[in-house]
Amino acid sequence: MALKDITMGQYFPGSSPIHRLDPRAKLVALLCYIVALFLAKWFVTYAIVLGALVLVVVLSTVKPKALLRGMKPVVFLLIFTGLLNMFYTPGRTLVSFWVFTITYEGVLHAFFMVVRILMLISCTFLLTYTTSPLALTDGLESLLSPLKKLKVPVHELAMMMSIALRFIPTLIEETDKIMSAQRARGADFDSGNLIQKAKALIPLLVPLFISAFRRADELATAMECRCYHGGTGRTRMNKLSFRPADGVFMALALALAVGVGILAHAGL
Amino acid sequence: MPILETRKLTHIYSQGTPFEHLALDQVDLSVEQGEYLAIIGRTGSGKSTMIQHLNGLLKPTSGEVLFEGEDLWSTKERTRQVRFQVGLVFQYPEYQLFEETVYKDISFGPKNMGLDEDEIDRRVRRSAQFVGLDAELLDKSPFELSGGQKRRVAIAGVIAMEPKVLILDEPTAGLDPAGSAQILENIRTYHKEQNASIILVSHSMDEVAREAQRLVVFRDGTTPFSGAPAEVFTHGEELEAMGLGVPAMTRLFTRLRAMGVDISTPVYTVPQAREAILAALREKGAM
Amino acid sequence: MSDPIIKTEQLTFRYTTEEGVAPVVLDGLNIAIEAGSFVAVLGHNGSGKSTLAKHMNAILLPSGGKVYVAGMDTADEDLLLDIRRQVGMVFQNPDNQIVASVVEDDVAFGPENLGVPSAEIRRRVDEALAQVGMTAYTRHAPHLLSGGQKQRIAIAGVLAIEPRCIVLDEPTAMLDPVGRREVLDTVRRLNREKGITVVLITHHMDEAAQADRVIVMNDGHVASDGKPADIFCDVEGLRSLGLEVPEPVALMHELRQTGLDLPLSVLTVEECAAALYPILTNH
Repeated sequence: MALKDITMGQYFPGSSPIHRLDPRAKLVALLCYIVALFLAKWFVTYAIVLGALVLVVVLSTVKPKALLRGMKPVVFLLIFTGLLNMFYTPGRTLVSFWVFTITYEGVLHAFFMVVRILMLISCTFLLTYTTSPLALTDGLESLLSPLKKLKVPVHELAMMMSIALRFIPTLIEETDKIMSAQRARGADFDSGNLIQKAKALIPLLVPLFISAFRRADELATAMECRCYHGGTGRTRMNKLSFRPADGVFMALALALAVGVGILAHAGL
Repeated sequence: MPILETRKLTHIYSQGTPFEHLALDQVDLSVEQGEYLAIIGRTGSGKSTMIQHLNGLLKPTSGEVLFEGEDLWSTKERTRQVRFQVGLVFQYPEYQLFEETVYKDISFGPKNMGLDEDEIDRRVRRSAQFVGLDAELLDKSPFELSGGQKRRVAIAGVIAMEPKVLILDEPTAGLDPAGSAQILENIRTYHKEQNASIILVSHSMDEVAREAQRLVVFRDGTTPFSGAPAEVFTHGEELEAMGLGVPAMTRLFTRLRAMGVDISTPVYTVPQAREAILAALREKGAM
Repeated sequence: MSDPIIKTEQLTFRYTTEEGVAPVVLDGLNIAIEAGSFVAVLGHNGSGKSTLAKHMNAILLPSGGKVYVAGMDTADEDLLLDIRRQVGMVFQNPDNQIVASVVEDDVAFGPENLGVPSAEIRRRVDEALAQVGMTAYTRHAPHLLSGGQKQRIAIAGVLAIEPRCIVLDEPTAMLDPVGRREVLDTVRRLNREKGITVVLITHHMDEAAQADRVIVMNDGHVASDGKPADIFCDVEGLRSLGLEVPEPVALMHELRQTGLDLPLSVLTVEECAAALYPILTNH
């Protein structure tokens, strides 16, 4: 797999109801959803959070396949967590061989854990798939703007984040290119022990850093040329506008978190 | 036997994803020992994908690449060895420089080949000479040099491996006319003195017309035309439609012929144009 | 005649280094760019042409002398935004001047910085994208576009500020012939139809040949300044500065060496053919 095939964190433009939601509503809803996810305890509550996720996926028109592809990098983590939970949860023994014991509780625990991680990743991806990076940073900037009173440079942080997102594809492409160029001179990035491998990265990292600094320098000049002078007096083309639908969406997410909390407390 | 050959070479990027893209479609290409070949085509026509197959940086989706008649991918060791025989200079190669001194940077390739100190030293000095770098520059940091000098250091880094085939992707991009002329001259020198094969990738028709013995045109992952420059330039309209165009001098003579001037010799460089016009005048007894 | 949009008076520039002594990059330049003109600046690498460009909207400030943009002294910090509103800049590497991940957001960046009201930004963005012929790509991701398209987005980003002058620093150096043509056609159209002053810094002689006026820089001085046809007549002079002439001029020059009486002021293939036709047929 080439580096550029990674789809993680990418934005898929669209005009579904989920795409059209205010990014602030989506961020708050995500937060509520994650809370609900961690409160969920047993089959009923898990079924409710899963149902909510499925509903949003359907509304978003994001293809389930796209979500699943995003899981690829974490497959190892999932298997690892699953096995760990399966073997190290004390309880009623199901199977036992050599030093390993699989318990009934372990299997359930592993199952819930894996499902929880999958849903956690899915809902986060859903946010980035349906929200443009700019809207996302705008949303964050707006949500965090009360912190400006505490002299937190909110605008600057949001600008940094959006530029970082903008340059990820460019830098991935550049890494690919420099690696090929050094391979053409016989560099070997794949074999050898850890120290040799780390050393082999120097011909990649030095040019990459130099290029990143050059880009940063040129970008800063280009931004100045386009009259950038910090956040003061800035306006936006697409002003964030909070519509009734956004309020409803957030209320539903909040209700989900509270409801799941109550049900989980009841042991469901 | 050609020194380098591709047979039905096909490459598909990101196969099985929504970004799937057919970059090369069953391309047959052969390069003879000592030949100066140019590859022309627009950005995205497949030329960059092609050259990365020629030294084993990309693996064919299907089809094969043969170096001296043997598959480049037969063993891992062979792929690596061929990389030293088929030198590849990327676009804007100055952006890969990383060492503290010019000397160390040029020696990176030869070191990876496992050569001994004396041989590395000989090669570094020789290749620096090839590209016209003064010996006192060798101890300088490559980052202190001018843009044109950096580019030549990067080219020297590939030449130092003394490849039998030297591939250069747009070696003159972004340089001023004097800088471009110097690099092209360096390439010609290497071609002559080493009897090496050269593959020059370019989108400048004027440049390839002056430099190469044979042209291969890329379009959408295929090679619709190839042959001697004069032959390829007879496809003026198609080349124009591809956004490549023909050299100014070829256009001039096409126009003169359309106006009724009877000069049939193929022309694509200024010296050729001069000769053709003088010959026509002599024939008329005007000179 | 109207006042020049950009004027330099005895403009001198040297980089300050830790050692203190730095070579002079620009040495007492007096240049006036007329509003509405299309000026090409030629010169080999290191001749000072990029440094000159960076003085035209106060990215660099003179070490000596003055630069005036629409009558405003670039050294006056209070006028900085007003100066950059007048003169926009496009650079060589399209990747390093695109700020946002969506085309229209990037074009909006300039007017947003200037505090333009949202509806007005929308109008300007749509108009700027139409002017560079990129309306179809409004919602696209810039990194997936071709070099020529990226450069046109960069031009649209400048247009949205509604400047009177655009300075382009080797905008076609990294592009293929199609991309070059796209960018150059766009620039010429903006100059002709919108009356925007264009200062084009380039290595390509055929691009310079399309300008109204060519300034040749060498070692921080103006080596020559005039109409393209006149500038390119000095074949030997240009070559001694590490520059070339368009191929039709080069051919004429070669033929004149053999004693033929041919004009040097032929910049295009068509003009060249017209000049050669009589001698090839009349005898």
